[in-house]
Amino acid sequence: MSDPKKTSLHGKHAELGASFTDFGGWDMPLKYASELAEHKAVRATAGLFDLSHMGEVWVQGPEAAKFLNSALAGNLAVMKVGRAKYSVICNEAGGIIDDLITYRRGEEKFLVVPNAGNAPVVAAALAERAAGFDVTVTDASDETSLIAVQGPASVAILHELVDEATRGHVSDMKYYSADDATVAGFDVLLARTGYTGEDGFELYLPNEQAPALWDALMTAGANHGLVPAGLACRDSLRLEAGMPLYGNELSLEGNPFEANLGPIVSFKKEEDFVGRAALEAIKAEGPRKVLVGLKGLGRRAGRGGYPVSIDGTQIGAVTSGQPSPTLGFPVALAYVEPAHAAVGTKVDVDLRGKPEAFEVVALPFYTRAK
Amino acid sequence: MSKVLASLRYSAEHEWVDASTPTKVGITQVAADALGDVVYVDLPEVGDAITAGETCGEVESTKSVSDLYAPVTGTILEINQEAIDNPAILNEDPYGAGWLFTVEVTAEGPLLSAADYASANGGDVA
Repeated sequence: MSDPKKTSLHGKHAELGASFTDFGGWDMPLKYASELAEHKAVRATAGLFDLSHMGEVWVQGPEAAKFLNSALAGNLAVMKVGRAKYSVICNEAGGIIDDLITYRRGEEKFLVVPNAGNAPVVAAALAERAAGFDVTVTDASDETSLIAVQGPASVAILHELVDEATRGHVSDMKYYSADDATVAGFDVLLARTGYTGEDGFELYLPNEQAPALWDALMTAGANHGLVPAGLACRDSLRLEAGMPLYGNELSLEGNPFEANLGPIVSFKKEEDFVGRAALEAIKAEGPRKVLVGLKGLGRRAGRGGYPVSIDGTQIGAVTSGQPSPTLGFPVALAYVEPAHAAVGTKVDVDLRGKPEAFEVVALPFYTRAK
Repeated sequence: MSKVLASLRYSAEHEWVDASTPTKVGITQVAADALGDVVYVDLPEVGDAITAGETCGEVESTKSVSDLYAPVTGTILEINQEAIDNPAILNEDPYGAGWLFTVEVTAEGPLLSAADYASANGGDVA
């Protein structure tokens, strides 16, 4: 293994006293002080995340929309300019190569954002699948930084860094939309997207400008309860919001239907996308396991890999789990047999030899007040 | 940098023991910092016999679960109910209010000086 890569903000994290962890081949801040405090700040005020490890792949050209419809499982061609869409890229067997956010930046211009560890594989798959289409695929991951402001104070913080005319636009931006904007004097792609279950923004910009934007956001956020937030709380926030994490809930061995992502697979679009035949068969047969939410009835948390059973017979396994800081009880995502996936089903999670009572509940665990 | 108290001795598994009789036991700040926010502590019960080097409980954080190893052999005399009710004190004050239990010691396991523990695990001797 080569040394983990560092983002353009690594020095900022070190100055802030972060603990680091290797995530997807990157040396990323796990937490700055207490991950619980960071989690609660994002729910109550705001958190500042360095997500520069995520990939950025541009797809441009007259056939960009048609190409993405054949490369990804979703229907990207129907997306309007300025909007964003969650999708997956599958292999021929219907296995998930990655889950992605795709932004439409023009009629013939899209930005595809894969996960850090998958970015090279996704960029390569897109480049390979582009053969025969009038498009160019450009992997800008190494030059692009991504900073996220997440939490109910996000709009107020951005208002301090944009001009008068832009403020209303920031407030009015729809969830899953994006626009070019000038923030603290820097030209960024400003997106109202996130992975925390809160309102918030993600700001894409060139690496060289990221440290100065980070500082500006920290300064502007000081009066709004903004704290730097690491990957530990990003994981607990997305889990509460019931969002899957690649490597835990999503994998090449799994498929979108098992992961409750059936609705984002488009069989209506005319293009023959990679994995289509396999996914049609999987849908027709019905999934062999289903991703469900589990609520712990005791104090102990289930963890990834722990068996889920009923009356001593294993019916599934936990993929992610921990105590929910917001809700006060343990939560977990687990794959279980479809026969035992109904809300209200009582199960046991094997906590290293001790059964602990859990119950199947509806997802997400946490929804913000609108 | 995590603190390592010069007045205590340490197991390789990150428990500290003090010099009093009965002996008080807790986890080190190095361990607490590595675990992250502690949310659950499973301790032996008063009267239980514990054996140096064997597991005698669990410490669970938001991110992971770790076994608690007995640093000494003996009988549990008292447990810290406050650590069970409010596990965050293991992060806030691991050498003070976050103590775990006291033991009537019959034999010690291998214990390290503060300097040796700090050099093996990082931390500043204070």
